[in-house]
Amino acid sequence: MTPERQAPAPGPLIRPGHTFATVTDRIAAVVLTGPTPRAWWIGFGVAFALLLVLLDAVAYLLLRGIGIWGVNIPVGWGFAIINFVWWIGIGHAGTLISAILLLLRQAWRQSINRFAEAMTLFAVACAGLYPILHLGRPWLFYWLFPYPNTMGLWPNFRSPLIWDVFAVSTYATVSVLFWFVGLIPDLATLRDRSPSRIGRAVYGILAMGWRGSVRHWERYETASLLLAGLATPLVVSVHTVVSLDFAVSIVPGWHATIFPPYFVAGAIYGGFAMVLTLAIPLRRIYGLEDFVTMRHLDYMGRILLATGLIVAYGYMMEAFVAWYGGSPYEAHLMQDRFTGPYAPLYWALLVCNVVVPQALWFARTRASVPALFAIAMSINVGMWLERFIIVVTSLHEDFLPSAWGMYYPTIWDWATFAGTIGLFTTLFLLFIRFLPMISIFELRTLLPEAEVKEELA
Amino acid sequence: MRRRPPIYGLLAEFDDVNDLVRAARTARAAGFRHLDAYTPFPVEELAHALGVRPSRLPLVVLLGGLAGGLAGYLLQWWTAVVAYPINVGGRPLHSWPAFIVPTFETTVLGAAIAAVLGMLALNGLPMPYHPVFNVPRFALSSRDRFFLCIEATDPLFDREGTRRFLERLVPRQVSEVEH
Repeated sequence: MTPERQAPAPGPLIRPGHTFATVTDRIAAVVLTGPTPRAWWIGFGVAFALLLVLLDAVAYLLLRGIGIWGVNIPVGWGFAIINFVWWIGIGHAGTLISAILLLLRQAWRQSINRFAEAMTLFAVACAGLYPILHLGRPWLFYWLFPYPNTMGLWPNFRSPLIWDVFAVSTYATVSVLFWFVGLIPDLATLRDRSPSRIGRAVYGILAMGWRGSVRHWERYETASLLLAGLATPLVVSVHTVVSLDFAVSIVPGWHATIFPPYFVAGAIYGGFAMVLTLAIPLRRIYGLEDFVTMRHLDYMGRILLATGLIVAYGYMMEAFVAWYGGSPYEAHLMQDRFTGPYAPLYWALLVCNVVVPQALWFARTRASVPALFAIAMSINVGMWLERFIIVVTSLHEDFLPSAWGMYYPTIWDWATFAGTIGLFTTLFLLFIRFLPMISIFELRTLLPEAEVKEELA
Repeated sequence: MRRRPPIYGLLAEFDDVNDLVRAARTARAAGFRHLDAYTPFPVEELAHALGVRPSRLPLVVLLGGLAGGLAGYLLQWWTAVVAYPINVGGRPLHSWPAFIVPTFETTVLGAAIAAVLGMLALNGLPMPYHPVFNVPRFALSSRDRFFLCIEATDPLFDREGTRRFLERLVPRQVSEVEH
């Protein structure tokens, strides 16, 4: 390819002219001194109202049981599992950015990894609520863990649902650890720069006496690298296990060997769409365009395109295997998806996840912030529809026509879903108010003045 | 037992990372061994310049992972074979392929916890008090300044001589670090 035919370079990772001091002051000021933008207060008000909706929905659920939801036989898995898979998939992009891109030495991850990891934590928190609420008696959720009890009962480790308990709880723990380790040097910066006594005390306790010694950094870098190496297979395993919840069963449409890679790609796809959904307003409201540049948005657009193609391949293979496999149940399922009662949702999913993102082939689309935001929203919706289709269409017409039925979500299903969006947004807004949303010390390493000259090395 | 030196050490402040690396090399070449450098971001060359040995953290992480994996597998074996055997059509109770997934998860969990706690423990954190924070300008070490500290426990340390030595390295300033 000749150089003229290449797309124009989308610009630097950090706008030139910044120094260690300006980078530090700019990001720390958001937390320490800067006035809280009005958009933050509006967002927090809406999010908090939705969080109260969640409390309401959960309280009523505890009072009445899961009969308030639309789930029944034959569709025993409804919104709870759809939303569980949707949220946990969103979380995966944060781990991908902080772990896999660290191992691949992608410097551009350093502007977005902190808030993407926070997104992971809060998405996993939302995801974790659903299976617990779905238990029927959520207050007994600890029965899932192996512990000595007077009933003499132990979990069945041959069940993918127990694998899921281990995968998700490990994922949540490791994500918290990874995120906190990444925060320590920045907490020290906040400790040293906070104008208030309380700020110095709180950030000081959290920074644990970090002083940036060369020995500290040496172990710190080793720990980060090892954690990245551990989190990489972990994140792949989590959505693999989630897919095994489906694939190990013998329900048509679920019993498929393609499920693990198809689910992992879908998770990263949906997660990156959420990272863009968060990054675009954040950089605008807080004026962080110097650090989250068009180049970052361009790269995220490319990742969406690549993972979107894998997901599209997954859809294609599902349809192909349903035909090629020769099972009448599988064939009926695919026909039901294209023409059955849920067909409008399936077609909408194909438009949102396969057709719309093809616009990302063009550099001009990736250079347009509104277009990227619109595509990201389309994928957020599309990935939710995908989980709806997977969960509901397989169950509602499986084997015997006498056992077929329809699934309709109730107002409480919607209230719980809207409520977790409120929980997620509330937590995220609190995070950007009280902690640096961009990793300050990692941005310093990207500046030209951080380079040690050759003759010294 | 040796008497505690009257001060913790001498702290030189630099504007530029290259000046600090150069100063660290010079100090090391001059025979100082009780040295530490403080920077606002990781600088690989400094660890070489100061002769910092690679940490034992990878070994800690390996042990944590092995312990986690072993505990996870043994728990499942004991649960399925001893504590609560479930006969599924006469299939073996020790159904190891089904145990691989949780074993993998507990391995990662053990290794990750070992990595974080090990890093903190080897770094001596949490540490509520450290003398270098007595120098007011040290707060800039988490922003844009680079510090080299020669500690008073060094055999070559001499309050006046070492200060003159540090001043020859053209720092921004040299301060005494109180205990």
